[in-house]
Amino acid sequence: MTGTDIRNLCLSALALGICALLPLSGSGYWLSIGVTIVMFTALATSWALFSGPTHYISLATAAFFGVGTYVTALGFETLPFWSLVGIAAILGALLAALVGLATLRLSGVYFVIFTLGLAELVRQVITWIQNRSGQKGLYVLTDISEADIYWMLLALAGAVFLAGWLIGRSRLGFALRIIGDDETVAVHSGINTALSKVLLFMVPGSVAAMTGAILAPRYVYIEPSLAFAPMLSFQVVIMALLGGAGRLWGPLVGVIPFTLLWESISSSFPQQTTLLLGVAFLVIVYLLPRGFIGLLDQIRQRTAPKDAEAQA
Amino acid sequence: MDILITGLLLGGTYALIAMGLNLQYGVARIMNLANGEMLVAGGFAAFWMYTGGQISPFLTIFLLAPLTFALNWLIYKIMLQPLVKRAKTRGQLETDSILATFGLSFVMVGLMLMVFGGDYFNYSYLARPVVIAGDTFALNRVASFLGAVVICGALYIWLNRSRPGLSIRAIAVAPDSARLVGINVGQLAALAFALGGAVTAVGGALLSTYLTLDASTGVIFTLKALIIVIMGGVGDVRGTIVAALLLGVVETLVATLLDPGLTLAAAYTLFILILLFRPQGLFGKKPT
Amino acid sequence: MKRRTALKFAAALALTTSLATGAVSAETIKIGAAAPKTGPLAGGAAVSQWPNVQLWAAQVNERGGINVGGTMMPVEVIEYDDQTNPGETIKAIQRLATQDEVNFIVSPYGTGLVVAAAPIFARYGYPLIAVSAITDQQPALSKQFPDMFFTLGTTSALAEDTVKILTDMRDGGQLGNKIAMVNVADAFGIELAEVARGKFKEAGFEIVYDTSYPLGTQDLSPVMKGAKAAAPDAFVAWSYPPDTFALTEQAIIEDLQVQAFYTAVATPFPAYGARFGAAANGVMGPGGVNVDDPKFQEYAAAHETITGAKPDFWASATTYASLQILEQSIEAVGLDRKAVADHLRSGTFDTVLGPISFDENNNNQAFWTVGQWQDGVFKGVASRNRDGAVPVILKNGWK
Repeated sequence: MTGTDIRNLCLSALALGICALLPLSGSGYWLSIGVTIVMFTALATSWALFSGPTHYISLATAAFFGVGTYVTALGFETLPFWSLVGIAAILGALLAALVGLATLRLSGVYFVIFTLGLAELVRQVITWIQNRSGQKGLYVLTDISEADIYWMLLALAGAVFLAGWLIGRSRLGFALRIIGDDETVAVHSGINTALSKVLLFMVPGSVAAMTGAILAPRYVYIEPSLAFAPMLSFQVVIMALLGGAGRLWGPLVGVIPFTLLWESISSSFPQQTTLLLGVAFLVIVYLLPRGFIGLLDQIRQRTAPKDAEAQA
Repeated sequence: MDILITGLLLGGTYALIAMGLNLQYGVARIMNLANGEMLVAGGFAAFWMYTGGQISPFLTIFLLAPLTFALNWLIYKIMLQPLVKRAKTRGQLETDSILATFGLSFVMVGLMLMVFGGDYFNYSYLARPVVIAGDTFALNRVASFLGAVVICGALYIWLNRSRPGLSIRAIAVAPDSARLVGINVGQLAALAFALGGAVTAVGGALLSTYLTLDASTGVIFTLKALIIVIMGGVGDVRGTIVAALLLGVVETLVATLLDPGLTLAAAYTLFILILLFRPQGLFGKKPT
Repeated sequence: MKRRTALKFAAALALTTSLATGAVSAETIKIGAAAPKTGPLAGGAAVSQWPNVQLWAAQVNERGGINVGGTMMPVEVIEYDDQTNPGETIKAIQRLATQDEVNFIVSPYGTGLVVAAAPIFARYGYPLIAVSAITDQQPALSKQFPDMFFTLGTTSALAEDTVKILTDMRDGGQLGNKIAMVNVADAFGIELAEVARGKFKEAGFEIVYDTSYPLGTQDLSPVMKGAKAAAPDAFVAWSYPPDTFALTEQAIIEDLQVQAFYTAVATPFPAYGARFGAAANGVMGPGGVNVDDPKFQEYAAAHETITGAKPDFWASATTYASLQILEQSIEAVGLDRKAVADHLRSGTFDTVLGPISFDENNNNQAFWTVGQWQDGVFKGVASRNRDGAVPVILKNGWK
């Protein structure tokens, strides 16, 4: 471990610590925005851990998320909450492993649509079971506060970053980078590409399930159409891509401005929220072709002393 | 027999939903997430003409087709062509077009909301029974099935007989080689995209005779269309038709013999099975 | 359609102007409202929720405002679109409470979204007069959120009264003993079907067809064919808006001959009557109102003049009544939210639906449960503690 690494770790821990103070500010409004940001950070970063190196676009986030919310909804009366998060993590990872084993040999776009279909399939099956068993609406009435949820999600996001950092330094991360560059080369150099991809796919699967489990008390009422809303999968993809999926902190750079933009449009233009969100979106896509990371790189290059004359 | 006809009628509905996207995705390489909104817009137009002027949806489509063709041509030229030009790889274009058309779908929902409001809309058109082979079916479904047959048939013949059609197929199969033999890929991709948009809007007008729509329902149709297109094989008209009909029959079989609650689960299972055993789709070419 | 667009535009314009001027005047009462304008529930909210908020605000301001301790204070509505997403509902209510610092907040729309918002209402001490949240969990919810009130009734009452109407018809010799029941496989449909199934069996009915179908099914003809093949005497569907229309249309196509036909959400919508015309005659659905009550007639006329659309015959009037309750409570005790909540618990309110008060579970005990289309109007045929129910008629073909 080099000195830079230690410095980065310390800085990250410090940043995390500062973020953890947010609920103490007493503003419920900023806390609720904080929850949204942290939730999408965990989801988008874990998504990019898999999709960044492999270039597979997964739309299965809603499936894992929904499974997680149902774990909490069904178990919160009998089991302690922390164990539910654990169960959700295991279920999410198992589901991801199953899907991964079956599908990761599919090439790009087929995988995209497959994961989309998967989310719908899981939702249909759960709905059907709920209907058969005559399960009534599921209410998660707990005394878990929004601050608790925020802290749990923050811890989860921290763990995702740590995992991402560790994976990046491990043999697995190295293997994945080779796969991303050229899968044939990877196979020839003796990398078990299928296994590497499946292992990595389990990360977003279990993170999304845990996020769902943690957020269930916030939603209170759990029903399939809300828990498995396909919009979530798209939002995660879009935030990650806007930030830049190639780097560990890329999605974070997408999530924060995007959430704030979304919030300011929702609050300032209640009549045309959807229309303006769409317009804002298009502007970003066309003006920032390489995501916010690309923009930051550009600014960094401009401010570099060599290009001083460009500023004159 | 009853199940088969009901299933085929539903398959016709699905073919209308998916055919446009197949052209857009298979040829123009744009995974158009705003496809469903175009369909709802077509439905809106038919609704408006019917309730406002008592004009039959089957006449509206002749006005709708050129209008939406022009609109989609513009969308491609203004919005999507820059993306195609700047994309270095197929993957890059896919990512960019997902982002751009996702934004477009929001814009379209917003516009429809502004113009028409958020209510449900539907109207009663040809809601009469018709007897085929001893069983009763809804006339509007039969009529729109015939519409689907005409549209799909015309597309198939056009793609297989006419020169631009053959060029379009060439692009779908091998975009790089097509350029080498002197095909203007950019122009034809725009044509395919515009044509796809027009087919989708016309499909929406036909579907509105028996489906209840509102400004926000587009996404449901987009999801269904994506699945059918992938199932059938990208860029192949026959594949989409067969996949749509197959899906219709399977859903009806399950609904009638097993449990209507499992229809969608069965549809997705079928989809997943096809992908697992024939990843390129029913009629897709094996990737080399 | 054109007129409505123009009206909407005018309303939006009026809202912007009122927002602009409202910032200066401290004498307005700020009312927050967050409900779907987009997403899966937008269609229902566009009929039952938004027009009533608009109507009520317009009427209050026309009168010069709400009388708060002798001064007339006009109301100013701040609206947000929650996109039918509980996360957005939570954020919007937070924003209303802490950023816009509104005086009161109108209930969101749809059980899931209302309940997701309930903790925020509770945290900031806003009373929540829920309308479109039908549930049997009222005791548990009002225990957890003491300032949450319910107006539209319970799942059980809705299902029980439907069964009771059919039982009365059977005992009167008008109806056979065979029931076909279907439901949409979503929380609402599942819950109602579950209660109804038990009650039908208890009443000695034979359920000859019992199935569910997924949300968003595009072809319900297999369902209707299955139901018809079972030769039922009554057909009951716990359905959502698109399938309510589709099931009715299929019943007409199949010429389903039953003595009683029931579909759920959207049956009381004016669009339903407009779509099916005479064929709708005899169709039953949830809700209903006393259409002969001059108060309702006056309300319906004002609704049409101001919003350009007719109210539905179920949640519309209740949504409006919930706002009347709020208004009367403010007039009685002022803008203090705690006082208003306490007043809600104890008072009786004179609304467009008649008097409303809340019991120990914060539940309104007087509401309509079953209505029926009769000669182009959706009349209440069964209720809990409401007057004016008309006798139920037989479903006599689809002509």
